[in-house]
Amino acid sequence: MLRLIAQRIGGMLLVLLIVAFCTFAVFYLVPSDPAQLACGRPCTEQNLALAREFMGMDSPWWRQFTDFLVGVAAGRTFGSGATAIHCAAPCFGYSFQQNTDVVTLIAERVPVTFSLAIGAAVLWLVFGIGLGVLAALRRGTAFDRIALAASVAGVSAPVYLVGLLGILVFGFTLDVVPVGGYVPFSESPVDWAWRLVMPWIVLAFLHAAFYVRLVRSQMLETLNEDFIRTARAKGLSESKVVGKHALRNVLLPVVTLVGIDLGGLLGGAVITESVFSLPGLGGLLINAVHSRDLPLVLGCTLFAGFLVVVANALVDLCYGVLDPRARLT
Amino acid sequence: MPAAILRMLRRDRWALAGAVTVTVIGFVAVFATLLTTIAGHDPYTYDSAALDPATGQPAGVLGGISGDHWFGVEPLTGRDLFAIVVHGTRTSFFIGIASTVVSVVLGVLVGAAAGYLGGWTDRIVTWAVDVFLGFPYLVFMIAISMVAPPEIPKPLLLIVVIGFFGWPGIARIVRAQTLTLKQRNFVAAARTLGAGPWHVFRTELLPNLWAPIIVVATLSVPSRIGLEAALSFLGVGVPVPTPSWGRSISEAIQWVGTDPMLLIFPGLALFLTTWGFNVFGDGLRDALDPKSGVR
Repeated sequence: MLRLIAQRIGGMLLVLLIVAFCTFAVFYLVPSDPAQLACGRPCTEQNLALAREFMGMDSPWWRQFTDFLVGVAAGRTFGSGATAIHCAAPCFGYSFQQNTDVVTLIAERVPVTFSLAIGAAVLWLVFGIGLGVLAALRRGTAFDRIALAASVAGVSAPVYLVGLLGILVFGFTLDVVPVGGYVPFSESPVDWAWRLVMPWIVLAFLHAAFYVRLVRSQMLETLNEDFIRTARAKGLSESKVVGKHALRNVLLPVVTLVGIDLGGLLGGAVITESVFSLPGLGGLLINAVHSRDLPLVLGCTLFAGFLVVVANALVDLCYGVLDPRARLT
Repeated sequence: MPAAILRMLRRDRWALAGAVTVTVIGFVAVFATLLTTIAGHDPYTYDSAALDPATGQPAGVLGGISGDHWFGVEPLTGRDLFAIVVHGTRTSFFIGIASTVVSVVLGVLVGAAAGYLGGWTDRIVTWAVDVFLGFPYLVFMIAISMVAPPEIPKPLLLIVVIGFFGWPGIARIVRAQTLTLKQRNFVAAARTLGAGPWHVFRTELLPNLWAPIIVVATLSVPSRIGLEAALSFLGVGVPVPTPSWGRSISEAIQWVGTDPMLLIFPGLALFLTTWGFNVFGDGLRDALDPKSGVR
């Protein structure tokens, strides 16, 4: 088990390094110049060169990349003398537009996105797995058919459409829930949950649709396996056969999907956040893109990549727990 | 295989509904200009006469629906919403299908190479697929659309980017299929006769790979169309004034309380298209892969 964990962490770091390198290459090799934006008016050649030097953009690209990596590990200082800006480790860059280091900006937004993603994930797992199992057990009945039709609809509907329709129906027409904004949990847990109800339900509905389909087909396949027949032949109760023997098998692909989905959402539920005007990581990224704040875009992309990689590693560990065979490889 | 598809359509009513929807929308995309000529409006012309001069909202009820403007008009500009939705079909279809082609070509070549050649090629490809599948690609796409030089046409950029991030799923399936096919006697026979990898790929593997390729490709079109709409929704997709469902929906945000039709028509078009591809793809999968027939 320890060796598996060590291997995983090594693999994770390698993947992160590659994500960092790709992101870096894309942002620094294209003709878009943060120094030009920060240079001020009138932008003389001299000022531009000064800005470049200050941002560390006067060195060759590979040097900038290694500077960045060193910054992550040990922190770095931009410029020198009285005007120098120190960015403490782990320094994922410095937004010269907002005069704050990227990590601080991300940390401010993390609670919003995490509240949204984790709350929705709990909902969609409960409903997705529950309905999927029920549909499989009642295969061919009206319940099964309705669940299937609803899940195809859920899979096909884009999040912003369902979100906006939700706002239209429940927010404006019926006027029962707030349609946007965020209240920190520490300020008022009730308001926090109440504001997030709509986004949670919308996100959960769309994701649950995938899980219902997946769980249903996995369950049907598993129930045909020999070991299920053996379990029944041993005289186990049906609830034990389904709940213990079959479900455990069904959960394997579910865990994979949760890892991918949750990893992606935590990095910024870009669209949901923008529909419900939640000030999360997705909003931070979109704003950074529109104001051409390169270091911030780079930081957000890397952070999102980091979460995906961590989520995948956790998935692998869960596999080891759920499926004894996976521990061997 | 066409016979199998026809049989499936006769048996599976859902898949038939999906196929009909996709075909109709495909026709709309191809004949968009003709349709809007018949309807009498193009998606670009401003028409302030159709607006309420006091508020800038469409004059009349339900977003200005009338015999002249079938779906009503856009607030502030008075452009014909029917024309915008119809031409948006073209944008969505074109980008969705073209990016699928890009992914399929890449995915099939890479997946078949990994499965057939094995060894290091296989190890590198499998690993790259894992990295790609776990990549925060939406974030990356947003970022790329921002930094790409403006000389590159946006639709082309979208096709390349969406296509490029879409190959790993296809490569994974093609690799698995190739691994099975490799064990079959006809492949072994071809190799014994001295056929090179390219020849085996073209004449032995490819004809047997079509079924799964068509299934994954069909099922991946809706997510690509959704992705284009999402990027346009976020303001980094196709630029103004090219009609796009995603952008219309994002413009609908500020009007959702007063003019919901601006949300409903493009939204319905987008939903029907993705739904059609999904149920048709499900039917195809059940028909071509007997193992998954658990409906």
